[in-house]
Amino acid sequence: MFNAMFSMIIFPGFLFLAALSFLGEFIDRKIYARLQNRVGPPWFQPVADFIKLLGKQEIIPTEANQTMFKMAPLFATASVVTAFFYIPLWTPEAMYSFNGDILVVLYLLTIPTLSFFIGGWYSTSLYARIGTVRSLTQLFAYEVPLFMGILSSALLANTWSLTKITEFYVAHPWLWLMNLGGFIISLIALLGKLEKTPFDIPEAETEIVAGAFTEYSGKLLAFLRLTLNIEMIVGAALLSAVFLPFALTYNPYLDFVIFLIKLLSITFLISLARTVVARLRIDQMVNFCWKYLVPLAMMQLLLNLAVKGVMIK
Amino acid sequence: MHNPSEEFKIPIGPQHPALKEPESFSVALRGEKILGVDIRLGYNHRGIEKACEERTYIQDMYLIERVCGICSHSHSTCFIQAVEEIAGLAVPRRALYIRTLVAELERIHSHLLWLGVAGHEIGFDTLLMYTWRDREIVMDILAELTGNRVNYGINTIGGVRRDISSIQIQETLKAMDLLEERTKYYIELGLEETTIIKRLSGVGVLSYEDSLHFDAVGPTARASGVKRDVRKDDPYASYGEISFDVITDTGADVYARTIVRLKELMESYKIVRQCLKNLPDGPITVRAPRKIPAGEALSRYEAPRGEDVHYVKSNGTDKPERVKVRAPTLANVQAVKHMLKDRFLADMPIVIAAIDPCFSCTDRLVSLKDDDKKADVMTWQALHDYSIKWHSQRGVDFGKLNKKLQERLSK
Repeated sequence: MFNAMFSMIIFPGFLFLAALSFLGEFIDRKIYARLQNRVGPPWFQPVADFIKLLGKQEIIPTEANQTMFKMAPLFATASVVTAFFYIPLWTPEAMYSFNGDILVVLYLLTIPTLSFFIGGWYSTSLYARIGTVRSLTQLFAYEVPLFMGILSSALLANTWSLTKITEFYVAHPWLWLMNLGGFIISLIALLGKLEKTPFDIPEAETEIVAGAFTEYSGKLLAFLRLTLNIEMIVGAALLSAVFLPFALTYNPYLDFVIFLIKLLSITFLISLARTVVARLRIDQMVNFCWKYLVPLAMMQLLLNLAVKGVMIK
Repeated sequence: MHNPSEEFKIPIGPQHPALKEPESFSVALRGEKILGVDIRLGYNHRGIEKACEERTYIQDMYLIERVCGICSHSHSTCFIQAVEEIAGLAVPRRALYIRTLVAELERIHSHLLWLGVAGHEIGFDTLLMYTWRDREIVMDILAELTGNRVNYGINTIGGVRRDISSIQIQETLKAMDLLEERTKYYIELGLEETTIIKRLSGVGVLSYEDSLHFDAVGPTARASGVKRDVRKDDPYASYGEISFDVITDTGADVYARTIVRLKELMESYKIVRQCLKNLPDGPITVRAPRKIPAGEALSRYEAPRGEDVHYVKSNGTDKPERVKVRAPTLANVQAVKHMLKDRFLADMPIVIAAIDPCFSCTDRLVSLKDDDKKADVMTWQALHDYSIKWHSQRGVDFGKLNKKLQERLSK
């Protein structure tokens, strides 16, 4: 019981995840800044921002639905942290696993978007409402290629459990290369989930201020930001578990370092993407996802089916 | 609770992250589609024209320079040209060349600034950081030549206040080479980067006819194929002696405006080089009278944003009778409404930014608007009575004070 609590709350649970997410935010901001010819923040800046926001006054619009407005950030944070428990990190085994946990993780990763929707919608700000409608529109565009990309890897491994997927690819060391296309598709879809440029349409600053987060302030905003940071780490961990399950040496320290390297490389790719492109319009984004990403994900699925057929024979 | 498929209005401004200066755009939307835009000016009225009438011509010059923070040299030169015309001053050629030089350097800094702002409006902050970094080069040169980064204060009635040394010429030429190289990179970027092209082309279309109809000026008009440039049409300063091309484009959209501005940068480098190469010798100023003889003059000037017009009327004293400023944004802002029709909300910031608006230059008046029609119109007497009543309710009786004052005066 104590062990379970320890692993959930401290290591590798919430606190570790929060620390990792601050590190992720720092790396993201630093790389973004360096690529833009700026100095960038010092290493403790994300923590300092979080602490400062915690100390700020919380303003809740009188028109807003108080309960929903306050609950949304907590729902979002809780769901992403829960999703983390089911993802294999530096060992091939996740903290908890059962057959079908891949669906649970994908479902839990959808909840933040829905929470932002609810929080934004009930804040009654017009900017927030446009932002929430946009984030839902976007949800239907990126979710499908993301699911297809991740499930194609699961299909090849013939299991619905993330732990089993990792075990399968560890047993067949070079098969992960088959999923490289799926990795790229899922990474692009992840950009949409994390609302990063070019898919930061729901919080496009110059159009709708901060989208769903417009009315948030103080502690609630701190937790919303934490959620987005954690979501980035969880998303990166999910991709690294599903698509890059290689180089497991069974030496825990070495594996931990390799895991961090994988995570930070994915963070680097995300930062790189948001440095080199402009924000798309919502119609262009939906078109892009359905016209290019979904057919490509479909091809990845077909490829994996074919490979599976050959392997069984 | 409102339904997003219904028509509703959202305010962009007076305070909004997309706008760098306060101005109100009330946008009627259905979903993401813009049905109409209601533009209100007047949030930045500073009464500069009236203030000019209270000050001498020399003081006015510095005041007029502060009409705009970016095209400050444009406004001061435009004003001074009118004053010099009334006074009949023959400005030395060297002074005219230095004015042209500063004007083009200002255009370079303004266009680079615009490119960064445009990048920010479409969520491409990297472009903002890059162009503003490169803008520092030209800002440093301006500081070196004039002593200031903005509001250069180089003009004076009858010439310029500072001469240029040969070391400064060398440094400026070096900076131009560097900037030209960077600008070529931005042109390449603009022609190749898919997301930029996707976001800019076909957005904010203003056809050739519409451009004439709305009297668009500057790069906004030139991007619609209207060959309109005061530097060529009505040469002032030393533009008549310098060879350069008027850049036009037939794209008529925001993308065309971007390309026009980028190519104009290349023309500006050309002009700066010619100015420095052909810089004539001689004095930089002639003695100007403190009192300007009675008369009036209209002066035109091609500011980075388009045609700037100043009207000055003098009455023989050392203060002008009337000064009128028409900033280029006022000419272009009318077209924004047309450009935004049936576009998406996401295009709104970049379409507004594409005319390179400078709202504080534009605002010449404040109009109070009462949407609810609840307020009464008060006459001066009614307002006076009301104020006496308001104060007497709070224990301040002006009636008694008045009597006391009158008693004292009569003693």
